[in-house]
Amino acid sequence: MNYTSEAPPLLEVRELKTYFRSDGGIVKAVDGVSFTVDAGETVAIVGESGSGKSVTALSVLRLIPNPPGEIVSGQIRFAGTDLLELSEPEARKIRGDRIAMIFQEPMTSLNPSLTIGRQVGEPIEIHRKSLAKVVREKCVDLLQKVRIPDPERRVSSFPHEFSGGMRQRAMIAMGLACEPELIIADEPTTALDVTVQAQVLDLLKELTRESQAALVLITHDLGVVARYADRVNVMYAGKIVETGTARDIYNDPRHPYTLGLMNSVPKLNNGEKAPLEPIEGQPPDLSNMPPGCSFEPRCPYSTEHCRSEQPELSLISGKHAFACWVNVKDVS
Amino acid sequence: MQRYILRRLLAVIPTLFFASIIVFMVIRILPGDAVDLIIKSSPFMEDSEQLRKEIEADLGLDKPMHIQYFYWVRDIVVYRDLGTSLIRETPVGPDIAERVPVTMTMGILAVVFALAISIPIGVYSAMKQDTIGDHVGRSFAILGLAIPSFWLGTMIVILPAIWWGWSPPSRLVPFFDDPFRYLSVFVTPAAILGASLAAVTMRMTRTMMLEVLRQDYIRTARAKGLSETLVVMRHAIRNALIPVITLIGLFVPYIIGGTVILERIFDIPGIGQLLLLAVQDRDYPVITGIFLMVGIFVISVNLIVDLSYGLLDPKVRDQE
Repeated sequence: MNYTSEAPPLLEVRELKTYFRSDGGIVKAVDGVSFTVDAGETVAIVGESGSGKSVTALSVLRLIPNPPGEIVSGQIRFAGTDLLELSEPEARKIRGDRIAMIFQEPMTSLNPSLTIGRQVGEPIEIHRKSLAKVVREKCVDLLQKVRIPDPERRVSSFPHEFSGGMRQRAMIAMGLACEPELIIADEPTTALDVTVQAQVLDLLKELTRESQAALVLITHDLGVVARYADRVNVMYAGKIVETGTARDIYNDPRHPYTLGLMNSVPKLNNGEKAPLEPIEGQPPDLSNMPPGCSFEPRCPYSTEHCRSEQPELSLISGKHAFACWVNVKDVS
Repeated sequence: MQRYILRRLLAVIPTLFFASIIVFMVIRILPGDAVDLIIKSSPFMEDSEQLRKEIEADLGLDKPMHIQYFYWVRDIVVYRDLGTSLIRETPVGPDIAERVPVTMTMGILAVVFALAISIPIGVYSAMKQDTIGDHVGRSFAILGLAIPSFWLGTMIVILPAIWWGWSPPSRLVPFFDDPFRYLSVFVTPAAILGASLAAVTMRMTRTMMLEVLRQDYIRTARAKGLSETLVVMRHAIRNALIPVITLIGLFVPYIIGGTVILERIFDIPGIGQLLLLAVQDRDYPVITGIFLMVGIFVISVNLIVDLSYGLLDPKVRDQE
């Protein structure tokens, strides 16, 4: 990929803060996240549940339910315009047309009482104002593209007549409908059978490449990241703790959390099973964060400094940056 | 779907059988009977054991109850005859049939009225959850639930009459002579009846809308760039209304109960008024006739509601 280009990135998220009001106080689901996505690039956001990755994605589309959520501050520049400055009708014009989102639960993300064709064609209908006949034709094409067999007949099917994998393909077709410049896929395969996961991801990657769209891939699966992403952002407790190219993260992980994630992936080395090493403890309470590093309570390398002051992201090489006071390399 | 319909239709038979037994027995177990009334209302009759026996034999009430039931069912099945009024000596069937359109008009108007106000308010309330508009809507719903329709009906007849000498129109003209005047008679009682139904429907609509608006597919629809109006109209309402439709089935017995009172208050010659008179007179054939008709009607409406589920929910359509 073209990392050294001087062209501004397609998407630039800067110091995004999305908070939720709850009975227990303000939940800082996303707390100062910055990242960029270049045109045509695949960027992964990795983290465990509750790390703020989905909220980040929803913030980009301005789909945070308010109340209780609110984008408190930050900038989301997409192709030169700050999405947070747009009026709601202007934002709607971008949603589904220039930025599409694919959600994680194909079982519940499709409307049970409308046909697949109706739902897949909806972005075209809304944004292109095409005739019903044209929309239907395009739908058949799209379903064909995502390799749903017998698309002419399947456009009239209802979601419950589709398998999980087919529904997720339909979701992808829906995302591709208006040939968006950016596709955000939020755990697109988590709910699927392992055997289908690779198929669906390969298809997603292939089709985004074909249409030259950029892809933001949100996942907790480092295997997926390694295989599909150009660059990776590791999120923990509402912050990006490490960022770099996929190679950086795999060959030279620096943040203890990234290391922990790596060690908790099941591995088979030379037929020998390596023991799983889970990360001990729980993510912090996002409404009551420790003053220092948010990973400190679970961190095996924690020091006095970590408890008192929050580390900032610091660049170590090229695109590789991490936020930690300890140099893991030295300690281990 | 066809097998489903067939199975549902077959299930109606035992339901009707048990309903008919209950209907037949209960009214005869009640204290007091028609014979008392006949004797009391006639100045020429001397109350005596002899006379009672004669009248009972005349009306067929001297036989054991299960024999009476057998004759009743036989007459209905074989002769399509619901019997003859003990008091007025007119056939029950035509008496009821004559009044069915009146009560139906009132019931349908009440349902239309209830849905027309409750669904928009329910949807609005859900969309504006916890705003002033929502609270106002919900307060009205609770008010509608809390105010008994017999009280509201009485007030609406009495107060304007006292204050302005006005009372709701009550003289029925044949529908085809003047449809508007015909319907105008029903407007007030139907609105009163509808108001209490609307309260339940509105709360149900609101709850279901809130439930549906939380669903993932609503988020999907928003992510596609649909306007909030389209999200609600196309993706939310249909799914939210499926359970609301069931309510209409449950309304039927309630409406019939309501018409008994409101027809009395507004002096409308429907089934309710006929039933009220029949109960006062212990006019068994009329009462059982009405109960049976109502039973069949309630069962049919619920059957239709169940089947209409299939139209709204493709999942149900495909089962069986």
